[in-house]
Amino acid sequence: MEVIQLLLGGLANGCIYGLVALGFVLIYKASEMVNFAQGDMMMLGAMLALTFVNHDYLGWPFVPGVLAAMAVMGVLSFALDKFVLRHIFGQPHFAVVILTIAIGFVIRFIAGVIWGHEPLSLENPFAGKSLHFGGLVMGMEDAAAILMTIVLTGGLYLFFSRTRLGVSMQASSQNQIAAYYMGIPVKLVYSVVWALAGILATVAGVMFASKGTIDPSTGLLGIKAFAAAVIGGFGSLPGALAGGLIVGIVEPFAGRYLLAGYSQIAPYAIMLVVLIVAPNGLFAQMIKKKV
Amino acid sequence: MRILFKRSYGVDIRLFADWQTFAWYAALFAAVLAMPFVLDDYYLGEVTYVLIFSLAGLGLMLLVGHTGLVSLGHAAFLATGAYMDVILIERGVPFILALPLAGLFSGVVGAIIAIPVLRLTGIYLAIATMALAIITEDIIVLAEPVTGGVIGLTTPPIEIFGLEIDRYGTPKLFFYLCLAVVALVTLFYRNLLRSPTGRAFTAIRDSEVSASSLGINVAVYKTLSFGISCFFTGLAGGLLAHYLGAFNHETFLIITSILLLMMVVVGGMGSIHGAFFGAIVIGLLPPAITILREYFTALTGIRMTAIPGLDTGIFAVILVMFILFEPMGIYGRWLKIRTFFQIFPLYRKNMFRRQKTFLKTERMR
Amino acid sequence: MSLLEVANLGISFGGLKAVDDVSFDVEEGEVFTIMGPNGAGKSTIFNLISRFYKPTSGTIRFGGKDITGLAPHQIAPLGIARTFQNIELFDHSTVLQNLLVGRHSLRRTSFIEDMLFLPKNRREEVRHREEIETIIDFLDLQPYRNQRIAGLPYGVRKVVEMARALALKPKLLLLDEPASGLSVEETQDVAYWIEDIQKDMGITVLMVEHDMKLVNQVSDRVLALDHGSPLAIGLPQEVQSDPAVIEAYLGREEA
Repeated sequence: MEVIQLLLGGLANGCIYGLVALGFVLIYKASEMVNFAQGDMMMLGAMLALTFVNHDYLGWPFVPGVLAAMAVMGVLSFALDKFVLRHIFGQPHFAVVILTIAIGFVIRFIAGVIWGHEPLSLENPFAGKSLHFGGLVMGMEDAAAILMTIVLTGGLYLFFSRTRLGVSMQASSQNQIAAYYMGIPVKLVYSVVWALAGILATVAGVMFASKGTIDPSTGLLGIKAFAAAVIGGFGSLPGALAGGLIVGIVEPFAGRYLLAGYSQIAPYAIMLVVLIVAPNGLFAQMIKKKV
Repeated sequence: MRILFKRSYGVDIRLFADWQTFAWYAALFAAVLAMPFVLDDYYLGEVTYVLIFSLAGLGLMLLVGHTGLVSLGHAAFLATGAYMDVILIERGVPFILALPLAGLFSGVVGAIIAIPVLRLTGIYLAIATMALAIITEDIIVLAEPVTGGVIGLTTPPIEIFGLEIDRYGTPKLFFYLCLAVVALVTLFYRNLLRSPTGRAFTAIRDSEVSASSLGINVAVYKTLSFGISCFFTGLAGGLLAHYLGAFNHETFLIITSILLLMMVVVGGMGSIHGAFFGAIVIGLLPPAITILREYFTALTGIRMTAIPGLDTGIFAVILVMFILFEPMGIYGRWLKIRTFFQIFPLYRKNMFRRQKTFLKTERMR
Repeated sequence: MSLLEVANLGISFGGLKAVDDVSFDVEEGEVFTIMGPNGAGKSTIFNLISRFYKPTSGTIRFGGKDITGLAPHQIAPLGIARTFQNIELFDHSTVLQNLLVGRHSLRRTSFIEDMLFLPKNRREEVRHREEIETIIDFLDLQPYRNQRIAGLPYGVRKVVEMARALALKPKLLLLDEPASGLSVEETQDVAYWIEDIQKDMGITVLMVEHDMKLVNQVSDRVLALDHGSPLAIGLPQEVQSDPAVIEAYLGREEA
């Protein structure tokens, strides 16, 4: 019983990590950039939601507030790509890594200036409610997180494989110049992808904030989500989710059964093992190049 | 305009292309030597800090700038150098042996870690090194009997042949000590670059495939680069231990690793100067901000309370500006300015223009 | 004993047989050309000899020694050099530095000696540079010696690629489409260079090429491939008039 309880607790966290990891993979699949600022974008999305929803700020109802936050975040991410990331189009991946890390720092700094460094909590309709079944307890916010994740992952998967926009995103990431020749407005596609990633991050952020408090340094959780994306393999959407779930589930078990001090390094240790055994993640997408 | 006529192979091989270049660097070195007599102790301490971080940067530069392997975890090797140095001195090893041994230890640990990790490419390598850095933070705490855990260690003073050198007691001597180590490592670095080993590193950075077709054992050389890089950074860690006087795991957080990498990028990737320029920015930024803040307050009367994270925030903004507008870093900008004066009035804006590249997926290798 | 003996070489990618039971010998001192339509498996054979791919069947022997199991970096020290179809030069370095890397397998200094840069290192550096100059002279690369690859025209880059392979002091030189993308004059230069490489330097050349004029001008023997299988092997004239080869290139005549 305890095992299943731990499992359930980890599942919801895993979904949140999975959502953040999905954001990473989304951007990677479309533009082969790795967005180290995804975690901070999640934090920013949550802060924005807080600003719309909480009574000391704007006091809107929950759903419109969250939707508004998603819209704002989408626009901000779009602008981020259009005005900042545009300049390093075509530069080696390394430059992108550094740039996104730096952007993450800047986001954290600005958030600290606007909202301060005290932990804040998001007023949400899930607080205090929980589901009971068969002797197990699951918080309402956890159930919501799991549900949202399933819906979003399924939606994204269909989007990439079935819609024209999705396919053109994949094309742009595999060979930019060929995509241009095919009439794909590559730069616009990229900005849309970033907007999508920003929206995903907001949802993850709202889910996370519903479970506890947030402050500007919450974005560092992105590193764990990163480990999740790596475990799943960067090119695969379901892989990202799987990776997130693995990390999310391992955490409570590690915390329960391993000595303190070893439990927080569990996700990273697993990631390292996965990388050594399967250098491109579990659901890899690497093919050998013809020389 | 200066034209260089080369009359022997020696000209290509030697460290300074002509006597004018040598003269400039000699003057610079003389100025640095004179610093302890010109600056007061506080600023001398700051410059020493810059020297130590340049050393760490040199290590990272060899790995990232010249071999093309991204490490987001180099603070871990600062840590190994620092802890090993103190542990050795506490057990009676004289400093003059302890420091190189600490560096060597870091180098060997780096090489061992490199072996499984270097099969990874690009972004996966960066992430793996980041994970290593995070794990190291915890390992330091877990290895409490040796590392003092959360409390950390206090550094014993340096003793070389009876002469006691201490950062606060004898800042001038400590400065010269750091300068000597940095100068020596820079010499080693330059020697590597003008010999087959250094060329093998750059070959790996630019085209692994043709490097191996020319007989370079890529795996071995990557490991070697990692090892030497960690050796340099380990030396910096040892010196850092003596600079700080006391340290614990919080000195070597993941953020330190990220700052190191950012430092190397701002300074100018792929150049030795870059490590120094980057260290100057990162070392002198906090005092510069303090001065600016006081100036601002005096000027406008508005009191700017210290904003937490301002240093890192401003540094991040500087980094973003550099990546967007000057990807070659400070050294790159310096090269452009120098070329402008050297070939005046023939300088054209497009001389250093990067070729427009289109992204080709790295998922096919 | 031939310099290079390829016996029953085969490799499959998934279900596709890229190279199927190919056998040929390259005699010392000859210029041997492999020709065939695109996708015939020519570059794949090169990649097998350079050990970038592992064959699923067959053996490769060089100077009597079995090299089928070696790692890619062990090929150069044996005296086999190659060029790449899509130029793989070190873009951020100068021509001279590229050629110096070519001498890597001939180095006599360890990394510690390098770091300390002893007088021995200085002597070695001078020695390497002296030998490089012969190649620069041979291929007329003097004007480009200190220029970065990134700014050089395509034709020059192809020459540098060849120069770097020669820097190795190889016994066998693998040229992958040396004339592709070159003008008529540049191709003629390549022909002269290959002749000089063969006669003056005594290097055996194994070449993949489409340009028939070049093939006929320099080759001693030719192997024609199609879809990974050998069609004909022999003198250039013989192979080009072989009906199977003509069919593969031009298609069968409508009856």
